[in-house]
Amino acid sequence: MRRAPQATLVVLVALALALLVAGCGASPGSGGDEPRDEAPQGPARVDVANAGEVTLTVWDQEVRGGQAAQIRRLNAAFERRYPNVTIERVARSFTDLNTTLKLALSGDDAPDVVQANQGRPVMGQLVRGGLLRPLTRYAQAFGWEDRYSEVLLDLNRFSPDGRRFGEGELFGLSQMGEIVGLFFDTRAVPTPPRTFAELEGLLEQAERDGDVPVAFGNLDGFPGIHLFQAVQNAFTPPRQTRDLVFARPGARFDTPENVAAATRLREWVQRGWLTPDFAGTSYDDAWQQFARGRGRFLVAGTWLVADLAERMGDRVGFVPVPTGGAGADPVALGGESLPFAVTRRSEHPDVAAAYIDFLTTSDAARVLVETGNLPAVRVDAPSATPLGQDVQEAWTTLTEREALVPYLDYATPTFYDDLTEAIQRLLAGRRSPAEFTRDVQGEYAEFVGDL
Amino acid sequence: MATSDLRAPGEPRRVAYLYLLPAFAVFALFVLAPLLHSAWISLFAWDGVTEGRWVGLENYEAVAGDPELRRAFLHALVLLVFFAVLPVAIGLALAAALSRTRVRGLTAFRTILFLPQVVALVVVAVMWRLIYAPERGLLNEGLRTVGLGALAQSWLGDFDLALPSIGLVGTWLMYGLAMVLFTAGVQKIPPSLYDAARVDGAGPVREFFAVTLPGLRNEVAVALTLTTIAALRTFDLVYLTTGGGPGGATSVPAFEVYERAFRGGEVGAAAALGICLAAMILVLALAIDRVAERAART
Repeated sequence: MRRAPQATLVVLVALALALLVAGCGASPGSGGDEPRDEAPQGPARVDVANAGEVTLTVWDQEVRGGQAAQIRRLNAAFERRYPNVTIERVARSFTDLNTTLKLALSGDDAPDVVQANQGRPVMGQLVRGGLLRPLTRYAQAFGWEDRYSEVLLDLNRFSPDGRRFGEGELFGLSQMGEIVGLFFDTRAVPTPPRTFAELEGLLEQAERDGDVPVAFGNLDGFPGIHLFQAVQNAFTPPRQTRDLVFARPGARFDTPENVAAATRLREWVQRGWLTPDFAGTSYDDAWQQFARGRGRFLVAGTWLVADLAERMGDRVGFVPVPTGGAGADPVALGGESLPFAVTRRSEHPDVAAAYIDFLTTSDAARVLVETGNLPAVRVDAPSATPLGQDVQEAWTTLTEREALVPYLDYATPTFYDDLTEAIQRLLAGRRSPAEFTRDVQGEYAEFVGDL
Repeated sequence: MATSDLRAPGEPRRVAYLYLLPAFAVFALFVLAPLLHSAWISLFAWDGVTEGRWVGLENYEAVAGDPELRRAFLHALVLLVFFAVLPVAIGLALAAALSRTRVRGLTAFRTILFLPQVVALVVVAVMWRLIYAPERGLLNEGLRTVGLGALAQSWLGDFDLALPSIGLVGTWLMYGLAMVLFTAGVQKIPPSLYDAARVDGAGPVREFFAVTLPGLRNEVAVALTLTTIAALRTFDLVYLTTGGGPGGATSVPAFEVYERAFRGGEVGAAAALGICLAAMILVLALAIDRVAERAART
């Protein structure tokens, strides 16, 4: 055997490697930086009809049932009103959208409008990277600030550098509202509880009757966050949770109130007030068990309304989870659907903003109601089902009183994982309530320290 | 006369590298380039959006020092037992049994046992999630039917059972592959060896260690390599069944790569972890190869 050819191969490989390394010889993410144009001041003046031929690429995740129906109808209506605009819709699942958005927006062929989830994990990082356009000028032009409750707008606000959350520029607008509340089986619970004490009384009653008090499945992790926050709202003032989520100075997680909430939730587990084997039960199994009558209550989001109404008819009702004594101000975990935002690279920001406006008018809200959704803005059209009406009523009260508490997992880019893990440990009794709040605070402090 | 004519047929020639070029080009474009790009990114603190900051080997130090990741690698080793060791053992046992008897319809059995390999992993994960469901799940219902209801468990929700439960899915997934490889290999062993062993009075156990196992050396190496890679890069099963839960009890390195890169916005750290995982797989695959070769020489 001659050895010479091996040398050729080595040279070949080395050449290829050198070429490749040269090809990626810049810091990642450095190519995309363009000077940020100075935003003009004052309300924007938008004239879509005279904008010429425009193709608007929109990435959304409105793919299920009523959601898909409303966006198709509204897109068609927008194109009818402005024949010079074509909407090119790219529909993706929630997870798909969240994981591909960063790459898509930093590429040259970025879409014009995208749904960018609230909070630090998605919207915050996109704002930091300068990939979204502030919409405050359009908010003034279209009167969005009168259309929405303050607490809903705050969820879509960031400072232009992405460091401060819940204040600063508006970066998106959501179509629908959502509440994580209390569904109850009206056969076993004819009148819903009005106070936290009443709720616990009913849970105890269910336990005595040999029924499952709360249908709950935590295999997927996120239901634990919702249940914890439902109990947390009875102990921790909403201000404290909001300050934590928005990382306002001095906010922490290891407060006596949160320890008390964790202690109480752990007691619910110990008393057997949750579905047995909840740790291995999936979210879908849990709500389906509730629909079959196994479980008197279900803590879940209003996104289940259509499914539950279909299966249970008038056997199901909805109220915000009671948090205090009689006459206490209502508080509920909730927020709004993924906001539509305009990308920095869009060549038609005016048309994009007009499109977002169109999706969130009261006319659009009527379409939302007709397709079985809960509009974020006030609307005078009542829902077709009794359950939908319960939800509308709760939403009106909660937004009028600014009583919504945001999801904790908006707080840091990794908080979703940190929290689901910590809550699973708490529920299993692997960590005490005090250790639980300390663990979570540790992760939180690590992020806030870097801000 | 040209020099090439002086060469004996079959002697390596330079032109062979030209024939390799198309394959190498594809490999370089779709495997080498992304790999090197990952290695490059792993030297930065990068959130995937803003400009990355050069940190040298810090991400690798973090991989070594992170208790969460040490735990994930430990889980990967546990999965190695379920994905590689158990299937190979089961496959060998089945192959040995089949080498002693003639089974009618062997092809049909082989096809059935091989099926898990054909089914998409997503389907496998969804199916096993249903099987493991605490209520109305096939496993618990089965236990209750035969009077073993006390053994019914919250399989994927229990801190100690979740990882072995996922591991067993891996065993189910992989033993068919091992068995098909081994039964094919057994047919290659000359029957005269078995006859000789029997004449010498070897029992089934002796026969297995003296004839079957040495004859299957190469197949065992291939099976171990394939299953080891599958074990270490497990992602789909964990992602779809437990999402790393409960409380991180089933998190594995590949899952952490995804979490960090796509959810946590730590692309640099994720790339470093991915490189470490790839290196670990490579080392193990080489080791298996070495051991098999050494065994062949003795």
